Amino acid sequence: MDFSLSEEQSLLQESIEKFVQNDYDFETRQRLVSSDLGFSPDYWRLFAELGWTAIPFSEEDGGYGGTPIELMVIMEQFGRALVVEPYLATIVLAGGILARAATAEQRHTYLPGIIEGTSQAAFAFAEPKARFDLAEVTTTAKRVGGSYVLNGHKAVVFNGPAANLLLVSARTSGASGDEEGVSLFLLDAGSSGVERRNYSTIDGQRASDIQLKNVSVGADCLLGEESAALPAIRAALDMASLAVCAEAVGIMEMLYKKTIDYTKSRVQFGVPIGSFQALQHRMVDMFMLYEQSKSLLYMAAMQMETEGEAATKALSALKYHIGTSGRKLGQEAVQLHGGMGVTNELDVAHYFKRLTMIDTLFGNADYHLTRFIDP
Amino acid sequence: MHVNLTDEEIAFQTEVREFFNSRYPQEVLRKQDDHEKLGKEDFVAGQQALCERGWAGINWPVEYGGTGWTSTQKHIFFNEMAAANAPGIIPFGLGMVGPVIYTFGSKGQKERFLPDILASRIWWCQGYSEPGSGSDLASLKCKAERSGNEYVVNGTKTWTTLAQYADWIFCLVRTSSDVARRQEGISFLLIDMKTPGVTVRPIITLDGEHEVNEVHFEDVRVPAENLVGEEGKGWTYGKFLLTHERTGIAMVAQSKQRLTSLKNELAESPPSATLDDFKRKIAIVEIDLLALEYTELRTLAAIATGGAPGPESSILKIKGTEIQQAIDTLFLEWAGYYAFPFVPTEFETGFEGERVGGHWAAASAPRYFNNRKATIYGGSNEIQKNIIAKAVLGL
Repeated sequence: MDFSLSEEQSLLQESIEKFVQNDYDFETRQRLVSSDLGFSPDYWRLFAELGWTAIPFSEEDGGYGGTPIELMVIMEQFGRALVVEPYLATIVLAGGILARAATAEQRHTYLPGIIEGTSQAAFAFAEPKARFDLAEVTTTAKRVGGSYVLNGHKAVVFNGPAANLLLVSARTSGASGDEEGVSLFLLDAGSSGVERRNYSTIDGQRASDIQLKNVSVGADCLLGEESAALPAIRAALDMASLAVCAEAVGIMEMLYKKTIDYTKSRVQFGVPIGSFQALQHRMVDMFMLYEQSKSLLYMAAMQMETEGEAATKALSALKYHIGTSGRKLGQEAVQLHGGMGVTNELDVAHYFKRLTMIDTLFGNADYHLTRFIDP
Repeated sequence: MHVNLTDEEIAFQTEVREFFNSRYPQEVLRKQDDHEKLGKEDFVAGQQALCERGWAGINWPVEYGGTGWTSTQKHIFFNEMAAANAPGIIPFGLGMVGPVIYTFGSKGQKERFLPDILASRIWWCQGYSEPGSGSDLASLKCKAERSGNEYVVNGTKTWTTLAQYADWIFCLVRTSSDVARRQEGISFLLIDMKTPGVTVRPIITLDGEHEVNEVHFEDVRVPAENLVGEEGKGWTYGKFLLTHERTGIAMVAQSKQRLTSLKNELAESPPSATLDDFKRKIAIVEIDLLALEYTELRTLAAIATGGAPGPESSILKIKGTEIQQAIDTLFLEWAGYYAFPFVPTEFETGFEGERVGGHWAAASAPRYFNNRKATIYGGSNEIQKNIIAKAVLGL
C-alpha cells in the first residue's frame, strides 16, 4: 500500500506549483477572466512547451502516457490557483474523446495540434432538456450520400468560444434515451451552419450555446463506429469528472486554510474570532471534509487506472462526495469570512463559486448517488 | 386554539388581493415575474402606491399613519404581497428609522421626517457596520464630536445597502469614549447624504452587482437637532429597532411563493426518477417552512396579547434565512447546466430576445451566490444563536 507520488509525479507537481507562485496570482487570474479571450494564449503555449498538454495521451498518440494520477496532480494544482486556461475542455474532455473514439488516422491528424497548443477544442454533449443523461440526445445526424447533416442545439459547451475544433454527439439512429444510436463527429467550428452564442460563466469560464443548422460534414468526420459512441462518451466524461474533482480538492484546501488565517486575524469582542470554540469546531469540520475528499480522490484515481464497473462506482462515490462536501465547505468558508466572503474583490468568493459549480458538471451529487447504487 | 380566518379576515384578504391586482404598479409585478432587475423608481412606485392606499405604515401606530392592523391582518397582507410577487418593502425608512423617530424623536423631527418616510419621498440607508465593527457593533469608532450647535462626523461605515440611492443616512456614532460600557457612548444621528464630506464608494458583490457601499465621513458637519433622543442612548434605540421589525425578516411568505413557483416549473417535466428525488427534496424544505410559519404565528400571537417580540424571534431570522438559502439551492440544482451562463444584461430592462437557458435559469446561480449574505447580515446567525443562548436559554 503506497499513497506517495512517484518522483516524476512530484516533479510535475512542483513545476506547476512554481508556475502558479510566480505567474498566476489572484489579480492575474481575474485579469484573464475579464480579458477578451478569457485565458492567456501565452500561458497555453507555455503549458504545451512544458509538456503538460501531452501528459494524458498515450505515447503512440504523441503523449507521455499519463495515468489518472498525473491528471489528478495537474488539476489539483490548477484548482489551488483557479487556473482558467481550458485544460479540462481541450485536453481532458475533447482530447479524451479523440483518444477513445477516433481512428488512428483521425488521432494522428488532430491530436498533434491539440498537444502542441495550436488547436483549441470543445466537446458539445449537453442539450437544453437533457439534464445529466448522456443518452438523451436529440441532436441528429442524417446520412446523406457521402456526408452527414447535423441539426440540433447543444447547451453550455465549455471552451466553445475559443474552439476551432468541435466534437459533437448526435443521433444517427434510435430515440432520445436509447443507449444505442449516438455517434460522435468532429468538425471545424467555423463550418457553415454552426452558430455560437458565446458567454461567460458564473465561475470564470467561457462557454457557448451552439445551434447546428444543416451542418454538412464529410463521412470522415465520424469518430469511430456509427451509433456506438456512448461508452466512449461515458468514459471520457468520467475522466473529466475525476479531473474536476481533483480541481475541487485543490480549491477546498485553499478555502479551509484561508478561513483559518482569516479567523486568526479578524478581531471582534477583543479577541480573534478563531478563538471561539463554536467556530473552531466548524473549521475542523471543513478540514475533515477536505481530508475525506482527498482520500476518495486518491481511491478513485487509483481505481480508474482500469476501466470497468469498479471505476464507475468509484468515480460516482467521489463525485457525490465532492458535490456535497464542496457545497458545505464553500458555504462555511464564506460564512466565516463574514461580509468579506460575499465581495467580488476577495478571492474567497471566486473559489467558492468554482467549487459550487463543479457539482453541476458532468452529473451532480444526486445523479452520482443514484449511479453509485446502480453503476 | 385555532387558525381559521374570520369572515372579516377573509374579506380583508380579498381586499388586499384586489389591491395587488389593480392599484399596485403592474409594471413592477411584470418585472418581478420576468426576473428583470428592479431600479430605484420601481421600489418607490410600489411603496408610494401602498402609501396612497394608507398601507405604508404596517407596524406604525395609527397616530403616525399606521394601519392599525391586527397580527392576523399583517400576516394576511404579507402573504398576499408575496403571492403577488411584489418586491419587499425597503426596510430602512418604513421599518427602521421611522419607528425610531416616532418612538424617541422630537416633535420637530417627527414633523420633518415622518411624512416623507411614510410616502417614500426620501430614501434612507443604515449606517451601522464598520470595517472593524461587524458582529461587534458596539466597538464602532465613527466619531461625532460636538462643536457648537453641530456634530462633526469622521469615520467609515460599510456594507451600507443602497447608499447610492439614499437621500439620508441614520448612523450609530460614537459621541463619547469616556464611558464604563462602550454602548453608553453611542448616539443615533440623522445625516443628509448631500452634506459636504460624505462620499459613497461602491462595493461589488460576488454576483457582480452593486448593492452595498462604503460611506466615508470626513469632517461632516451635522446640525445638533439631527441627534435623535439623547446622547449615549443610540445603542438602546438601535436595539429597539432590531427587535421591532421581526415580521419581515423570516420572509416566510416570499419563501412560500418561491416554492410554489419552483413546483410550477416541475409541472412541465415528464415523470422520472430524478423528478421524484427532487420532489422529496422540495418537500423537506416545505415542511421546514411550515414549521417556521407556525413559529412566526406563535410569535405574532404573543405580541398581540401584549408581549414584546423577544429574543425567541431570533429563531425567525436563523431559520428564515437558512430556508431562503435552501430554496436558492433547489433552483440552482433544477437549472442544471443552465446555471452556468453569466449574462446579467439579459435580465435588464430593454433586453430583447430570448435569454440563454430560458426564462430564469441563468438567474439562479447569481441569486444563490448573492443570498449567502442572508445568514451574515442583520446580525449574523451566529450572533442570533448567542442571543438565544444567553437571553432565552440562560446559558
